[in-house]
Amino acid sequence: MSATNTNSALLTVLGVGQPVTGHRPWSRFVVTAETWNALLAGLAKGRWSLLGLWGEPGMVHLAAHEFETGTPGIGSLPCSAGEFPSVGRWHPPAQRLERAIADLVGLQPAAGPDLRPWLDHGRWPLRHPLGAPTTPTEALPPYPFLPTEGESLHQIPVGPVHAGIIEPGHFRFTANGEAVVRLEERLGYVHKGIESLLNGASLERAARLVGRVSGDSTVAYALAFARAVEAATETEIPARAHWLRALMAELERLANHCGDIGAVCNDAAFALMLAHCAVLREQVLRASAACFGHRLLMDCVVPGGVAVDLPADGVPILRALLAEMRRAFPPLVELYDNTASLQDRTANTGTLDPTLVQQFGCGGVIGRAAGRAFDARREPGYPPYDQLEFEVPVRRESDVNARVWIRIREVEQSLALIEGILERLPSGPVRGALNQPGRLVEGMALVEGFRGDILVWLRLAADGTVARCHPRDPSWFQWPLLEAAIEGNIVADFPLCNKSFNCSYSGHDL
Amino acid sequence: MRKLLLQNGWRSPLTLPAPAPSESALAELGAQVDRAARRRLGRSLAIREVDAGSCNGCELEIHALNNAFYDLERFGFHFVASPRHADVLLVTGPVTVNMREALERTYAATPDPKWVVAVGDCGRDGGVFAGGYACVGGVAEVIPVDLHIPGCPPNPMQLLEGLLALLQVVR
Repeated sequence: MSATNTNSALLTVLGVGQPVTGHRPWSRFVVTAETWNALLAGLAKGRWSLLGLWGEPGMVHLAAHEFETGTPGIGSLPCSAGEFPSVGRWHPPAQRLERAIADLVGLQPAAGPDLRPWLDHGRWPLRHPLGAPTTPTEALPPYPFLPTEGESLHQIPVGPVHAGIIEPGHFRFTANGEAVVRLEERLGYVHKGIESLLNGASLERAARLVGRVSGDSTVAYALAFARAVEAATETEIPARAHWLRALMAELERLANHCGDIGAVCNDAAFALMLAHCAVLREQVLRASAACFGHRLLMDCVVPGGVAVDLPADGVPILRALLAEMRRAFPPLVELYDNTASLQDRTANTGTLDPTLVQQFGCGGVIGRAAGRAFDARREPGYPPYDQLEFEVPVRRESDVNARVWIRIREVEQSLALIEGILERLPSGPVRGALNQPGRLVEGMALVEGFRGDILVWLRLAADGTVARCHPRDPSWFQWPLLEAAIEGNIVADFPLCNKSFNCSYSGHDL
Repeated sequence: MRKLLLQNGWRSPLTLPAPAPSESALAELGAQVDRAARRRLGRSLAIREVDAGSCNGCELEIHALNNAFYDLERFGFHFVASPRHADVLLVTGPVTVNMREALERTYAATPDPKWVVAVGDCGRDGGVFAGGYACVGGVAEVIPVDLHIPGCPPNPMQLLEGLLALLQVVR
């Protein structure tokens, strides 16, 4: 994984700035407003996609990823005047991220198209918790939802407490009869202040916190955090640890995709699929618990390796799981494929414009169901996936049906990957000591969770504690597209569309 | 589909035998439930799940209670869509400041008699998220809690043990 690529236009633009020493594996540059604007122009023209946008007192950071060369890079703009040139003005995917920066750090996007608060609901005892915290002197005005005008429109407010066993968030539907004219999301209800809790945390505590940003992606988050720490400290971990991490990550993908396939069908009132898929999911969780001691594999991936080795009986347990999945899954795929009443609900429902998917750099199942083949396991890639053969399934229809099929194909790929990992699992230690650089170091990692690419950026202090850490959930670039996908669909199809996206509330609200 | 349904008819069920009610849960519940409430509810309890800021790990395991292995409904529990239909609020998360009012209003909308079960280490005292500006820390800080089921997240068996203890007291 080389950090330098001479053909990269992104690095040519960034390279004008001051390189930051001790940032790994990709480069970070402190840039001027001129370079910042060139970065934004590249985003607006689609030359690179936005990977993340976050702030700290006096500075905003923008991570981008260039398609052709596969090079990620970060530009950091000092903003002494308390504001920065708005990214969202030229590149809409950044709007909610910069609203979050304004809420958390207090840096304002100058000439931003949307200056409403996002995570701050006016209820915290302080303002700008990650910047210079102040005590609010007056209450925030009621949140102004976007206006809707026209004849025969009515609004349906939903949430934050939803009707199912799901996370809280508010949806404001404007409908004309049955057709949704506009959906506006209002999120932030599960904001736990994780970034603030991470400041000054020990690596052990930070790993537990980041592993709980979104519980369903705990392996992927813990992996992204561990890889960022290992990049920052230039630590090589034992080979077996890489392979066990991939094994856990694929078990997590398997469990979640099985659950999602069933849940999408259940939202079309086809409960039989849910019943069977839930059994498969349960079997994956039980195998995970038998092998690694936790059903969701929480706290199993740690900086330096993995906390638990695969026991002697682990291989036969997992082989039995693979055999059972290979027996039970194909009839369910056939059932999905051959049930016309179910296909009637999923095909051509919630169709998303592929150009939006490209613009938003939308990853995961949603991206791949719309022709965007991005998968962080491939690019920028990380071990052991560079030594494993697997396909990244892609479809172009970009509807609920395509998103179900991508999940089905990814279940098959994960089964093959687990088989490959079990065959070639190297022996040896599973955890090593981290290097102690004894100075300020920074690291970044991009990891493919079941939902899409997770970014973790961090800075470690000289004493080895976390000075600043920013985890970015794939949902940031997926939630806004749900608003686009539902437009023109009937209200009754919203649960179906929503489940086919399955964005994280907790991961987004942080 | 017919083949699948027929096969299921022949197969022995996956459902596990019921666990014993949790001793510690029984002790916590004590004798706080009056007889009138028990008579009124019979053996059936309607549950409204409220996520008050969890990482969604608890939700995954609560979902699992409905799968064929645990089959929660055989004990008379079922999940309902509205607090107005609920006897039990199953609350997860460290209660974020942004969710506090929604939780209070959900509790107020639940008719008496009602029980509150706080699920997970977060629901007990805020768990790993305790201490920040954004979390209240523990469900009991906001609404009265009858039973805690700790764990991060508690697995479905632990959830079942706790709920069965609740049912014993209510019965």
